[in-house]
This record gives sequence, C-alpha cells and structure tokens, in this order.
Amino acid sequence: MNPTHNHFPEGPSFRSTLNTRYRVASVWQALFFSALLIAIISLTALIYDVVDGAFGYVAYDYKKDPATFTSTPLEDLTKEELLTTLQANLSSGAYNKLNNEKAMETRLRGELYTLFLERLIQLDIKKTWSFTESIMRAGAIRTEAAEKYPDAKLEFRSWLTPQFLTSPMSSKAEFAGVRTAILGSLWLVGIALLFALPLGTGAAIYLQEYAPKNWLTGIIQMNINNLAGVPSIVYGMLGLAIFVRVLAPLTSGSMFGVTDTNGRTVLSAGLTMGILILPLIIINAQEAIKAVPDSLRQAAYGVGATKWQTVWHHILPNSIAGILTGSILALSRALGETAPLIVVGASTFISVDPRGPFSKFTALPIQIYQWTTRAQSEFHAIAAGAIIVLLVLLLTLNATAILLRNRFQRKY
Amino acid sequence: MQELKNQFKNFDLHKKPRIGEDAIQGLLFIAGILSIFTTLAIVYELGKEAWLFFGDPEVTLAKFFGTTRWQPGIGQFGIWSLVTSTLITSFIAMLISLPLGLASALFLSEYASLRARSILKPILEVLAGIPTVVYGYFALLFVTPILKNIFGDVVQVYNMASAGLVMGIMILPLISSMSEDALSAVPRALREGAYAMGATKFETSIQVVLPAALSGIGAALIIGISRAVGETMIVAVAAGAGPNFTFDPFQAAETMTGHIARISGGDLSYNTIDYTSLFAIALMLFLVTLVLNLISQQVVSRFRERYE
Repeated sequence: MNPTHNHFPEGPSFRSTLNTRYRVASVWQALFFSALLIAIISLTALIYDVVDGAFGYVAYDYKKDPATFTSTPLEDLTKEELLTTLQANLSSGAYNKLNNEKAMETRLRGELYTLFLERLIQLDIKKTWSFTESIMRAGAIRTEAAEKYPDAKLEFRSWLTPQFLTSPMSSKAEFAGVRTAILGSLWLVGIALLFALPLGTGAAIYLQEYAPKNWLTGIIQMNINNLAGVPSIVYGMLGLAIFVRVLAPLTSGSMFGVTDTNGRTVLSAGLTMGILILPLIIINAQEAIKAVPDSLRQAAYGVGATKWQTVWHHILPNSIAGILTGSILALSRALGETAPLIVVGASTFISVDPRGPFSKFTALPIQIYQWTTRAQSEFHAIAAGAIIVLLVLLLTLNATAILLRNRFQRKY
Repeated sequence: MQELKNQFKNFDLHKKPRIGEDAIQGLLFIAGILSIFTTLAIVYELGKEAWLFFGDPEVTLAKFFGTTRWQPGIGQFGIWSLVTSTLITSFIAMLISLPLGLASALFLSEYASLRARSILKPILEVLAGIPTVVYGYFALLFVTPILKNIFGDVVQVYNMASAGLVMGIMILPLISSMSEDALSAVPRALREGAYAMGATKFETSIQVVLPAALSGIGAALIIGISRAVGETMIVAVAAGAGPNFTFDPFQAAETMTGHIARISGGDLSYNTIDYTSLFAIALMLFLVTLVLNLISQQVVSRFRERYE
C-alpha cells in the first residue's frame, strides 16, 4: 500500500519514515540552538574586541629631549620642580590659561607631570598594537618598532588607568580622560530622573487607579506605548526645537543671569532624556502597581480611607520597589543613549567640568562616538577604555536593579 | 424604632467635597495627559519645520521624490539616496535578526529546560542592554575588518553591510523575546494534541505552535523593522558619512538617521535649508515608525483576543 498524501502511513512504511523524521527533528533542534550560539559568540566577540583595544603595546617618543628642561630623571621630579619647570618654559599666555582653568598650585603631581609630558617634551605616539597582537607577536612588534621608529620607546600600556578616569578631555589621546564625560553623564541622568520619575509615577497612578475606562484613557495608553517606540533621534529633534531653541531663555540660564551660554546646555539635554525615558518609566510603574493585589485596596476602602490615602499609604509603599527597579532600567537606557545628545548639541571638545544645569556638557557615549570616528588608532584605544567604563557603570546599575527586585519583591 | 431612626438622622451618606483629593487627582491627570502633549509637540515641531522646508520655492515634490542626490545646501533634494541606504541596512539587519531571533525563540520556548533557559535568557538580555554606540565601535573596528578579509577590497572602510549585520545582532534579542512571548501564549492543549497524533517535537513546533503564534511573530518582525529604521549610532559610526545612491552593500552610504546625526552635530544655524531639511527627514522617520508600531499593536491585540 502506497501512502498517499492524505493517508497516514501505517505498519512498515510508518516505521521506515520514523527514523528520517527523528533525524530531521534533531538536525533542526541543533539549528535552533545554533542561533543562540551565534548570539553568544557575538556577545563574546564584542567584549573581546573592546578589551582587545584597551590594552597593548605602544611605541612613542619625545619631540624634545627631556634633558633640555631638567637634569633629574623624569620619574623623580617633585611637584615643585615640575611647577617651576612649567612656569619657566611655557609661554606666559599658555601658563595663565592653564592657571585660569585650575590654579596650578592646587594641581596634583600627576596632573603637572601630564602637563610636562604633553606641553614640554611633547610625548608623541607612533603606533599602537592591540592586546592579542601584543601577546601573540611580541617579538615581531619589538623588531618592527626598532626598525621603523628607532628613537621610540616601546611599552605595554593599559589605556584604562586611574588617570584616565580623573583627567579631563585632551586633544592628545595619551592624556585624554573621561572625567568631564562621566560628570556630564551623571548630570544628564540626574536631571532626567528628577523630571521623569515624579511625572512617570504620577501618570502610572492616574492610569491604574483613577482613570475611567473611556476613549480618552484608551488614547493616553496607546499613545504611551507608541512613544516608547519612537526613535531616540526624533526625541533629539524635539529637544532641539523646544528646549534648545524655544525655551532658550530658560535652558541657557539667561533668565537667571547666566550669560555665556546658548541653549545647548546639560539642562536641555537632561530634559530631552527625561521625555525619552518617561514612557518607559510609566509602563514599568504601571506593571508594578498592577501587581498590588486588589484586596489591599478593598481593605483600605473598607476602613474608610479616601482614594489618595489608599494610594499613598498602601499602593505606593507596596509598589515602590518595582517602580524604582523600572526607573533604574530606564536610567541605564538614558546613560547609553547617544543620538539625542548629538542633536541637542553636546560639545565636541570641552575640558571644563559641568558646574550646574546651565553648563555646556559632554557625556560618555558622546566621547566614545567621537573617539571611535577618529582615524588614529590611539583614539580607538581610549574609545575602548571609555566603553569599559560605560559598561561597568551600566552593569552596576542593572545589578542594583536586580538586587532591589529580589530584596523587596513581595509575593501575594 | 423611632429612637433608632433619630439616631441615624445625623448620618450624612452623601459624598463630602474634598478639595485636597480633587487637587491631587487633577495633578495626576495632568501627569497622565502630558504624554499626549509630547506627541503633539513632536508632530507640531517636526511638521512646522518640515512645512518650511517644503514651502521653500526651490524644493518641489518632483525633486524630492524624483531625484537621487541629496545636498540641500546646493539645491539637491533627492531623498532617495538616504532612503535606499536606510532600507538596505534595515533589510540586512532583518535578514540576520528574523531567522536567528525566531530560531532562538523556538529553542527557548519549545526545547530548553528551565535550567538552560535561566542561563541562555540573561545572555540575550545583556545583548539587548548594550548601548548602540558600542555596537557602532564593534561594527567599524571588528566586523568591517573581517568583511575586508573575506571579500577583499570591494569592501569600503565605511559600508552598509557591516552596519546592517551588527544592527541585526542588536535587534535579535527583541525579535527573540517577542516571538517567545507569542509562542508561550499558545495553549498547551494544542501541543498535547499534536503529540497524541504521534508528531515529533519538531513537527509540533513548526506545524502547530508556529502557525498559531504567527501573528505575534509578525508583530515582532514589524517592531524589529521599526527599530532598524530608527537606529542611529551604528549607522552613524559604521555605514558612512555622506549620501550615496547605491545598492551595493559594501559601499559607504549615509542613512536618514545617520544624516541627521552628522549634520546636527556641526554648528547648525536656525532658519537655514539644512536645518529645516533635517526636520523633514525626522518627520518621515516619525511617521514610518508610528505606522509600523500601530500596525504591530493592532496585530498583537487581535492575537491576544483569540486565546484569552
């Protein structure tokens, strides 16, 4: 009997197809799993690529001989010696400019030493190698460096140093740091949170506890879901049009007597970020409030509490952990967002820390973007360093969120 | 009896006016309605500037949709050079993320044990949490050199293929988690029925569970496309800086989002054709993603009705 398309095979013909069917099934199962394998490999490759860039050999030389400035070996220079050497050899204009940024006497030895290397003997990077290259081909690199750059010193260097974290921006990769960028990022997410957390929680409470089931509520809800899917660069355009341009008197601080800025301030950028994360905070807070059991509400009403008393004394305390967890996740989104900051006008080069809401600013992802798009490989190395800093910050935030969730999560 | 009536006379069961309560409710309502104003502000601001752009006597719809060179500064307004690169990078991204995302969702929902799930799922979540600018670094400095090694010098330093591939990896977790939700929403009875008929696990997954979850997977696909079209940093870093009308994925070409990022990153003065043109592009982006999101929501809500 030939099994036709419409008949289920029986007997021996069934058994003969069975093995094929099982084989097909297991091949496909392997294929499905390999999709996850590709995801794992990609993640590994990405992390490897970043770490690979942040460490490795570097060949450098000095444009001017250190001996022309001082007779003591470089490492033994004291703070005072450095100060007098700098004062003696820098033009008075350049020295005063540095002094205005930060008084020279108050700078640490490390900072002065950096200035010494950067301004006087002018350390110059010839070539950098990645971590893998440095490990696998150490000998070849040494001969290459000796042939091509006979005067240069070869050194294994970590681009991610304590100094990298505490130095401001510099036009030379070897002296650049992320302090300005980290502070800018903190200001940004701080302003965004101050703006979005109360509004987002309020909106979530309204939608879950107060809103009548009518067309308006439906539209609000649908609108929030849609806003969560709007590309971030569109929020940037909104921020540019509203905060930077229309509200310039407010965001530039000219209403409050600040004169030297335009609307492209950390306040504008923070508010733009706040608008961007608002839908995320609302959606997360709604989920948290939804998880509070109805029996709590009924019990509160039963003893004569008003609606707000119920919300304030019972619903909020029971959902605050969930709301905060959601907010932290939204914050980590804001911390990594780059596109809206470019549009709103993050400064391309700034070495002064943000001092208030009306400062110009830069942020970690902006620095990563700028360094990545430079042609020289030493900038790629510091971009990798900055990525590690950003990923560690994000990891910390997310771990906090998970801890918070596990610590305060209540099961009803 | 009369005594009892007198006793209850003093009770007023009417709702008392409470000004504080009403004020709080009003404030909360304002917080709720604010999101509507955000949308209105987006539409108004983008629309206003885009109106100025199209109102410029030099800009005609024929030029906008009929030519292929985009350089508003010198009177070239052919949007296609930006649109094709957006479509090509998004297409490559979906080519990667749809099969991989769907396959991993099938594995996670139909095959993986609880233990395997608890290890595999966080990996996808980490992948979803990495900032896009980091993916841009990865595309430019890892994937592009590999492509150059494989295909040789036809691959330019900035190219759409590398940006598209990495964008696919970025969108994979989104497709995977949305598809997995759709697959797990399929009632268990359908699977049991298939097993009872003697179907293998694979046959059950593909011929029973997958078709039942198709609308949810469709929604994931649409959201994925919307993400790919709106993604900025990967293409800004790796796809190229400068509009280029080409269908060759190994060439550099700027996308709509990449163009906005590059032009607005410079010193842009208000009331110039460069400024207004960016808003016209942003309005197009907003409308395209809005329509895609609305369709996806519609699909999801229909599919929910069927099983709950």
